[in-house]
Amino acid sequence: MKNSPFRFLMPVIAVAAAALCGMLVVALSGRDPVDISAKLYRATLGSGYGTGQVLFRTTSLIFTGLAVALPFRARLFNIGGEGQLQLAAFAAAVTGALLPASMPAFPAVVLTAFAAMTAGGLWGAAAGALKVRFGVNEVISTIMLNFIAQALAGYLLTYRFAMPSTEHTAEIVPHAMLPGMDDLAGLFAGSPANLTLPLAPAAAALAAFYLFRSRAGYELRALGSQPEAAAYAGIESSTHRILIMGVAGALAGLGALNLVSGYRHYYEAGLTGGLGFSGIAVALLAGAHPLWIVPAALFFGLLEYGGLAVGAYVPKDIFMIIQALAILMVIVLNARR
Amino acid sequence: MEVMQDALRLSGVCKKFGTIEANRNVSLGVRKGSIHAIVGENGAGKSTLARIIYGMHRPDSGTIAVHGKSVKFASPGDAIAEGIGMVHQHFMLVPAMTVTENVMLGLENKPLFSAIPMKTASACIRRLSGQYGIAVDPDARVETLSVGEEQRVEILKLLYRQAGILILDEPTAVLTPRETLNLFDVLRSLKNEGKTILLITHKLDEVLALADRVTVMRQGEITGTVSCSETSKEALARMMVGRNVLLGVDNPPPSPGKIVLSVEHLGYRTAKGVQKLAEVSFKVRAGEIFGIAGVEGNGQSELLALLWGMHDRKGAVSGNILLGETDITGRSPAAMAALGVSHIPEDRLKHAVVPGFTVSENMLFGRHREPRFRRGAGFNRQEVGEYVKKLVTRYDVRCSDVDTIRLEALSGGNQQKVVVARELDRPGMRLLILAQPTRGVDIGAIEGIHRSIIETREHGAAILLVSSELDELIALSTRIGCLYKGSLRRIFTAEEVEAGRSDILRFGQEIGLHIT
Repeated sequence: MKNSPFRFLMPVIAVAAAALCGMLVVALSGRDPVDISAKLYRATLGSGYGTGQVLFRTTSLIFTGLAVALPFRARLFNIGGEGQLQLAAFAAAVTGALLPASMPAFPAVVLTAFAAMTAGGLWGAAAGALKVRFGVNEVISTIMLNFIAQALAGYLLTYRFAMPSTEHTAEIVPHAMLPGMDDLAGLFAGSPANLTLPLAPAAAALAAFYLFRSRAGYELRALGSQPEAAAYAGIESSTHRILIMGVAGALAGLGALNLVSGYRHYYEAGLTGGLGFSGIAVALLAGAHPLWIVPAALFFGLLEYGGLAVGAYVPKDIFMIIQALAILMVIVLNARR
Repeated sequence: MEVMQDALRLSGVCKKFGTIEANRNVSLGVRKGSIHAIVGENGAGKSTLARIIYGMHRPDSGTIAVHGKSVKFASPGDAIAEGIGMVHQHFMLVPAMTVTENVMLGLENKPLFSAIPMKTASACIRRLSGQYGIAVDPDARVETLSVGEEQRVEILKLLYRQAGILILDEPTAVLTPRETLNLFDVLRSLKNEGKTILLITHKLDEVLALADRVTVMRQGEITGTVSCSETSKEALARMMVGRNVLLGVDNPPPSPGKIVLSVEHLGYRTAKGVQKLAEVSFKVRAGEIFGIAGVEGNGQSELLALLWGMHDRKGAVSGNILLGETDITGRSPAAMAALGVSHIPEDRLKHAVVPGFTVSENMLFGRHREPRFRRGAGFNRQEVGEYVKKLVTRYDVRCSDVDTIRLEALSGGNQQKVVVARELDRPGMRLLILAQPTRGVDIGAIEGIHRSIIETREHGAAILLVSSELDELIALSTRIGCLYKGSLRRIFTAEEVEAGRSDILRFGQEIGLHIT
């Protein structure tokens, strides 16, 4: 039963069903679903630029999806991806701007990435520590930490780091900027897809290795699946919980790197645009499996950019309906088994 | 026999959960106005039976009659309507509400927006309290009450609903001795007022002190119903814990060596102040099996938890546990394992395995830190594969593919074989702690497990065996300690046990004297 192919087909069924429902809504709004689908295809995967736009969003979604999926395996629900993403983006932008212009590209990029991962990681680990030390429910603490992150980044931006008469930080030094896929390989002409794009599936593969092949992942899955037995087997749950929340935050940090070093080159309010929250949906759709995160993130990336691209014909809200329906469908199908 | 009508009559009740038969062909008559006890070990099926009577479970087959009328309960609501009430082991009270509010809660016969007749209810509760000698202040908030008082509120709830048949599930488990006596007075006065009481328990003293008749359950079946005036603790204990299978394990004379485990004046008091263990002292030598006999709930769980460092740290520990010369009191499970201690916990599925993991992963569970299994950050898959294959063959674990089949898909016997194999194979093992090693295991597998335990002893490990199966203890143990109310009451020497093995029935009764 539990290993039946249905388990792998389920997300596919859910996505297909949600897409059909979406088309139905399009039809009800008085548009031709076939025509809209064709337009959607042309605007996204039908062109190099469109594909790049989709993949750019997919990249951050893979990271924020992993940031939810990994703690999930230890029975921790990380709602804090958005806050971790925001702080990491801010840290990357400020660090990148403060670096000397003469610094060579490699250390500049690494330092920026380090700043992003540290900021996100500490924010995640904080929730883990609150859980382990004081028993604070991680859902509550990560939501609160989201608020704090948003307010903190907003305050620092407005009163400390905003460029005169603008609402964003200084641009990062050119050497800290990540080259676009266009410059690197001539792919996805002019789109914001950049060097972090190949990094994302690599991170997913690494996460899968960690979970299913490493001793640490073995312990993590054991304590997530049967905490009492794990304690009897001498597994230290506290360390694992704090660590995995830290790793989650650091992964969200890499998602921020995609936005800052790869594309916008500075921090401004609204830069993260809820990609941290969408990560929750991605992880749910993927059943918290690191490798399934990749197609799930692609699906959400497609809808997020697709919604923008055909916004002139149908309201973007329809795409939000499809996203939400896919998630509900997965949960319902899961509950039925 | 038919002078008084039965308040409750069950005929041929069966209930299965998955493949486990929790109740098998249970037939039982409870006389009106009597206190009827149902005794049995944990897992004997008495709680399931209580839930069936209370409408929480539906029986697969069989019939239930209340006061001669055949009934079919779809929910506890139906049972309540027939005058059946139940006091659960864990109370169902709202702490922030008063006694009166709690008693009234769930009275569905009032229109939704009508005023609650609080004064009348309060007066009614006062009257009931007086009538049955149940002392409790109707206006006190439940969170301010003691456990004993909370229980009285639960009983008042049933009386307020005019229940004629009261089911109490392990009512004294949470009570102090004084509160227990108080409860008995209440139950006696309820009986004198014509109420029928069904008492679910495993404490034989209480049964004999209080009940009129007692039904003994074992492994889902009723082994007998007797009148309390015509039975004894020993006879009941025998009915409860005996297992009439021939235990044909060959037990050659042991040759005990150095002392491996010394437990010295061990005591444990819970955070709530209940003394669970007091002055427990014993030693286990290399090459011997020290058995601990006792009816469940007499401190076995606490002793096992202390030995594995898994006790509730809020409680107070006194005395020492030594492994060889090293004091290991309160050490963590990982530290114990590293010192060469293996442990097979009593609750296998909860504490010994991860049911959702594969058989291979479970074979490694708790031993995954051993250097031989490591490679880089992961596992040496070849080494693990060979290790698992070796143990699966040697312990005859029936499983088609150890790398894909989840442990939860195996039978209880095969699950336990996985645990036994993993723990007995631990390199450099000096001490083996076994708790109920054959519980829920089919007879075929029991023999194999017993043989492995004796073999482990022959290899020079010290073994502590906690079991509620007297036959098993007598067959395997070198010496046997009798645990009763948290203290070791009597330790049978190797000679006594050896002599006892020739007449297991008589020896079992002798042990029964010391554990009840």
